[in-house]
Amino acid sequence: MKPAPFAYHAARSVEEAVGLLAEHGGEAKVLAGGQSLIPVMSFRLAQPAALVDVNGVGELDFVAETAGGGLSIGALARLGGLERDPRVAERAPLLAAALPHVAHPQIRNRGTAGGSLAHADPAAELPCLAVALDARLRLVGPAGERTVAARDFFHGLFATALAPDELLAEIELPPRPAGEGWSFLEVARRHGDYAQVGVAARLALDGGGRIASARLVYLSVGDAPIVAERAAAALAGETPEDAVFEAAAAVAADEEIEPSGDIHASADFKRHLARVLTRRALAEAAARAGAEAA
Amino acid sequence: MTEPAARADAPAVSAAGERRALTVEVNGERHAREVEPRLLLSDFLRHELGLTGTHVGCEHGVCGACTVLFDGEAVRSCLMLAVQADGHAVETVEGLAPGPDELHPIQEAFREAHGLQCGFCTPGFLMTIVPFLREHPDPSDDEIRRALSGNLCRCTGYQNIVAAVRRAAERLREAG
Repeated sequence: MKPAPFAYHAARSVEEAVGLLAEHGGEAKVLAGGQSLIPVMSFRLAQPAALVDVNGVGELDFVAETAGGGLSIGALARLGGLERDPRVAERAPLLAAALPHVAHPQIRNRGTAGGSLAHADPAAELPCLAVALDARLRLVGPAGERTVAARDFFHGLFATALAPDELLAEIELPPRPAGEGWSFLEVARRHGDYAQVGVAARLALDGGGRIASARLVYLSVGDAPIVAERAAAALAGETPEDAVFEAAAAVAADEEIEPSGDIHASADFKRHLARVLTRRALAEAAARAGAEAA
Repeated sequence: MTEPAARADAPAVSAAGERRALTVEVNGERHAREVEPRLLLSDFLRHELGLTGTHVGCEHGVCGACTVLFDGEAVRSCLMLAVQADGHAVETVEGLAPGPDELHPIQEAFREAHGLQCGFCTPGFLMTIVPFLREHPDPSDDEIRRALSGNLCRCTGYQNIVAAVRRAAERLREAG
């Protein structure tokens, strides 16, 4: 239960961190909050030759409001800080609703937004939320920087678009469309445990009170966040009512998610949970959209 | 999750395991040491500083027994490296009581409300509750349970721990 030996570097800037990663040629890992990396190292599931600690990189630790109502979140922003930040509650209420579900207070005090995304655990909330909110991720490498849509960032189980010498620096959330409703629901055996199923929903109504657009993104039911495209398409143009939500939930749960069973829940049970959560999330999102329109 | 690194191919940028100097303030006292980077903060507190009040249960971030305050915030000391505490302030359960014959109001409340049996988990609970009550001086039972959700106790069934937090909140409010 102790990590294997490694070389330790405390980076002071993004440039230095990226330089160190390049120098180690893919054998180094970035240490941010460490809430996933340290236990994985203690279990010896990972034995990186070096750690590049970015906790001293002040330029990565920020939350800033962007033009038009968006939000820019530095990779080193702690989850606990985001949870308490009124700007997050106002500009990204869906994210604010999900944050209390991330593990426990002690973990959130240390865990970072960028770390959770880069770790890419399919059962984690942040990757699902980044996809649901159309986040754009700024990655910095030795050759410069690039921006990747969250949807293209997650490649599978613990796999992302990040090159070994790239650092996730910033998460940009676009402005929330006016009047849009949202909901985040998950089921975990105990509060703070990894969820068996979770869903992030967004829903907008048109002037006539019909569903203009919807978005459903799931966690813990595949190798990466799963976007239920067909269920969302089926909702467009429909009246926001229970039968419509139920039909869309059935499409998502039966056809689009890819859950695998584990000791706590069979794949069938996860589909059942997804169906119930989807129905509830759509109803909640529609009610919020209606309330904002009224 | 990475595959174990191919150590033979790793470039020799800096030697793995090379000891590093750190200076950390623990319970208001400065300590300077040289440690291996892989030393966990929990082990540093216990073995380097002899502060064995910080308990190690699961050692992978589940049980909360090793909770300490890092710059005033509750964190799991088994999920941090000692070298990361360089230049920072750590508070452990040893720093709570004002003197050898006195208990901190939260400790006093645990004693009165039978908030512990074997006591193994207690330091982690106490260090979780200190900042929680600072931010929530008059918490609801729901808030208390959420705040304690990251700490496991195998003896009490939690009822008396929740009662102890309520009592601690009262004591602290009375003390102003």
